Amino acid sequence: MAELKFIKPELNKRTSACCGPAESMLQYANESSVSASLPVLKKNRKAYVTGSLMTDTGAVPVISTDITRSDYWEHVKCRASAFRNTYTIDPGLYAVGSPDKNSDVLVSANYKLSFDALRKALKGISAWILALDTKGINVWCAAGKGTFGTDELIRRISITKLDKVVSHRKIIVPQLGAPGISAHKVLKASGFRVCYGPVRAEDIGPYIASEYMATGEMRTVTFPFIDRLILTPMEINPAMKKYYPWFALITLAVFGLQPGGIFFRGALFGGLPFLLLGLISIFAGALVTPALLPFIPFRSFAVKGWITGMLLVIFSAGFAEIFNQVNTILLIFTYLFFPLASSYIALQFTGSTTFTGMSGVKKELRIGIPLYIGGLILSGLLLSAYKLQQWGVL
Amino acid sequence: MKYLKNVASLEVDIDACTGCGVCIEVCPHNVLAVEKRKVVILDKDRCMECGACAGNCAFGALRVDKGVGCAAALINSIISGGEPSCDCSGSNKSACC
Ligand code: SF4
Ligand code: SF4
Repeated sequence: MAELKFIKPELNKRTSACCGPAESMLQYANESSVSASLPVLKKNRKAYVTGSLMTDTGAVPVISTDITRSDYWEHVKCRASAFRNTYTIDPGLYAVGSPDKNSDVLVSANYKLSFDALRKALKGISAWILALDTKGINVWCAAGKGTFGTDELIRRISITKLDKVVSHRKIIVPQLGAPGISAHKVLKASGFRVCYGPVRAEDIGPYIASEYMATGEMRTVTFPFIDRLILTPMEINPAMKKYYPWFALITLAVFGLQPGGIFFRGALFGGLPFLLLGLISIFAGALVTPALLPFIPFRSFAVKGWITGMLLVIFSAGFAEIFNQVNTILLIFTYLFFPLASSYIALQFTGSTTFTGMSGVKKELRIGIPLYIGGLILSGLLLSAYKLQQWGVL
Repeated sequence: MKYLKNVASLEVDIDACTGCGVCIEVCPHNVLAVEKRKVVILDKDRCMECGACAGNCAFGALRVDKGVGCAAALINSIISGGEPSCDCSGSNKSACC
């Protein structure tokens, strides 16, 4: 397939703001032994590998820039499930198009979603992709953990003998990887100059075309509605698995336990509105709050979650007239417990955002955790009081 | 979108700064700028403490408590007593994808 050669060799020699001209050409040792360190071309070849390219250091898999339907299906599964460990690719060097010694080297993670975003953005471009071993975690998170880091980058450059594959001494690292990388240390240890590319993979083309100048916009992280929505299954899943079964169990027990024994009918009819309210508070904290994040007042996630939870509880309680004949203790319990649950769940979303810092979350937790624990104890006391009242003790 | 006011731990050592501008390039939230060949903080509340600027300043002119702004990670670290880490792969709390 004749790929359009987007990157002309001379482009690399021009000076740009972040990267000087490629350093002096190296002499090439003409070894053509297939290096075991390169990504193995397994018999069960991955669908995105379309062939292989011989280099001075051995064969490099050539990958497609098309995202197939099975790739998309993987993306959906990956977003929806909590176990994303299988969505990895082999770390190492890959080729896109027909790159040569002057072609750009783009660094990525061995997480399928990051890798797919990059190869999709490279349509019509010939380049090398160096996938670091980030244990199948995306660039941004891996950089925070340090697996997308200076040491791994230096190691991967040396394992893949990158200095023999390309003649220049420049690598393009996604800007989101910057928290894990110290560019000056990489330069010192490997001789490769790190250039930080744009934040979003789709800006790679324009970035290369504009001679490696990223605009301010390309450098800034945003957090649009769609991105926030995509991440909500990550919040709903653990909340449903971790907290809801306990909550349901306790609710059914409270309403089922009658003076004359355990009654299933009582459990179901008395408990049902509360089971629904439990779902509503998860919905409020894990879906509504993230989706409407910028429109909910206050900066604190806990407060945002509480407000959303409270509004939804009031709304649904009023709407369904659940509480027409409900007693006062249960009413207090409802307005205490469910907004707090929503608040706690919303606070967990700080892990998915692109703008919350550790000091801020620590501050929220310092104030929030005593309130959550206090609220939980009080809720327990209220439920006990309700039971005692029902049994005629109070 | 900004997070809490006045909590970010970002600090600048003006004397060490050479005005090279690397930190501006890596910052994802446009927190920093160079004015008169020295770095300035434009808006500290935008800083998410990712540590990119400090890690890439060859002159050690920036300091920030780098860490994950993730409630689940911090709660886990309180419970287990370990370092907070955004453990996306192992546990069922998956903060990032
Ligand atoms: S990277 Fe360091 S030396 Fe360069 S402008 Fe920023 S603070 Fe100053
Ligand atoms: S820690 Fe991150 S967000 Fe804060 S100033 Fe540095 S690069 Fe910007």
